[in-house]
This record gives sequence, structure tokens and C-alpha cells, in this order.
Amino acid sequence: MMFAVAAVAVLVTMALALARALKGPSVYDRILSVNTFGTLTVILISVHGFLTGRPEFLDLALVYALINFIGTIAVTKYVTFTDMGFPAKRERRGDI
Amino acid sequence: MELILDLLSWVAIISGAVLCLIGGIGLIRLPDMYTRMHGAGLIDTLGVGLILVGLMFQAGFTLVLAKLIMILIFIFFTSPTATHALARAALNGGLKPVVEDDGVMLPIDNPRGQPMKPVVTNEKEADPSKT
Repeated sequence: MMFAVAAVAVLVTMALALARALKGPSVYDRILSVNTFGTLTVILISVHGFLTGRPEFLDLALVYALINFIGTIAVTKYVTFTDMGFPAKRERRGDI
Repeated sequence: MELILDLLSWVAIISGAVLCLIGGIGLIRLPDMYTRMHGAGLIDTLGVGLILVGLMFQAGFTLVLAKLIMILIFIFFTSPTATHALARAALNGGLKPVVEDDGVMLPIDNPRGQPMKPVVTNEKEADPSKT
């Protein structure tokens, strides 16, 4: 029962984050929303594992957390420098 | 003992769910991107943390507990890093923060966040020689 409550709350919050990602005026709003959506997905996978009595789903949640972080950093860097590698413009800073 | 653990679990999960919903509403309603980051931070720290703590009470001393602690530590370290990188990218990209002054939303004209001059809202107060 408590897992169902948590799952419903997380799903509603995911819908709100998705609405902001669709509506967001700037690209940074969308990145922020997608980052939040990924974090909530980690929680949803964990709660689903407990809900169905299969805690092996936690491995998937752990991997999803890793991919979410790397993806957010990569997209942020790409939007800033329009390049994944070294800074493309005169910016002398090597990283964000 | 079982009852106490269930009770603690209920409290943690309900608190985490409520904080998640508050963060989601903040993500929709707050005025600009830097303040929306606050709503996202609410979800990333206390919402996620409390729900995971509630799951930990149900897991007991097993491998599941270790995995939950690993997820919690990982999110606690990576979420501020991602938010910090995003804020710096937005400042570099020229996204202006919005400040509120006397009920009027004003975009600051300095994306680097320099201290701004005081905004004059009433000309008579600012220049008494005109009256």
C-alpha cells in the first residue's frame, strides 16, 4: 500500500516535470526538467521493485542514475560549447 | 518491531511523496529558470532521500539495503553537480535572472550577477529638487 502511494506521487510529479519540459521557454528549463524526470525514474524503478516483490530492479535504478548524470552533463556541455570536446569558441575554460 | 518499522516507513514515504509533489508544483509555477532549480533541488534531495529511507526500513539488513544506500549516496553527490553545471551554463549562455521589486518583475541586466544599483521606483523620493 505504501509503495503504491509513493508510486502515484512520483508519477504525478513526473507528469508535472514533463509539462515543464514541453512548455519551458529556454533550453535550460528543458534540461532541468529532464534531469528531474530521470531522478524520478530512478525512484519509480526502485518503488516498482518493492511493489512487485522483486528488489533486483535496484540494479537497473543504479545504472539509470549513472546514465542520467552523464547525460545531463553531456547535454549541458553540448548546449554551452556546441561541441563535446574542447571548447569551440574563444572561451579558454576547459570545462563547464 | 514490525509495527514500528512500518510506521517509520509510512512517515518517511508520505513525507517524501509530499515533498516530491511540492517540488513538481514549484517546477511549474516558479517564475524563471533559476528559481525552478529550487523546486528541482527539493525533489532531488529530500523527496528522493525520504522515499529511499522509507524503502530502507522495509528492506532489512540485506544486499537490498546496500544497493539503496549506494543509490542514495550517488544521487546526493551527482544532483548538486548537475545543477551547478546547468546554472553555470545558463549564466554563460546569457539567461537573465528575474528579480522582484515592489511587486514588479524586473530582469537584471547583468547575467554575471554583479550587485545592481538600487532601483528607483518613485521619482519624487529620488530627486526632491523637482518638487
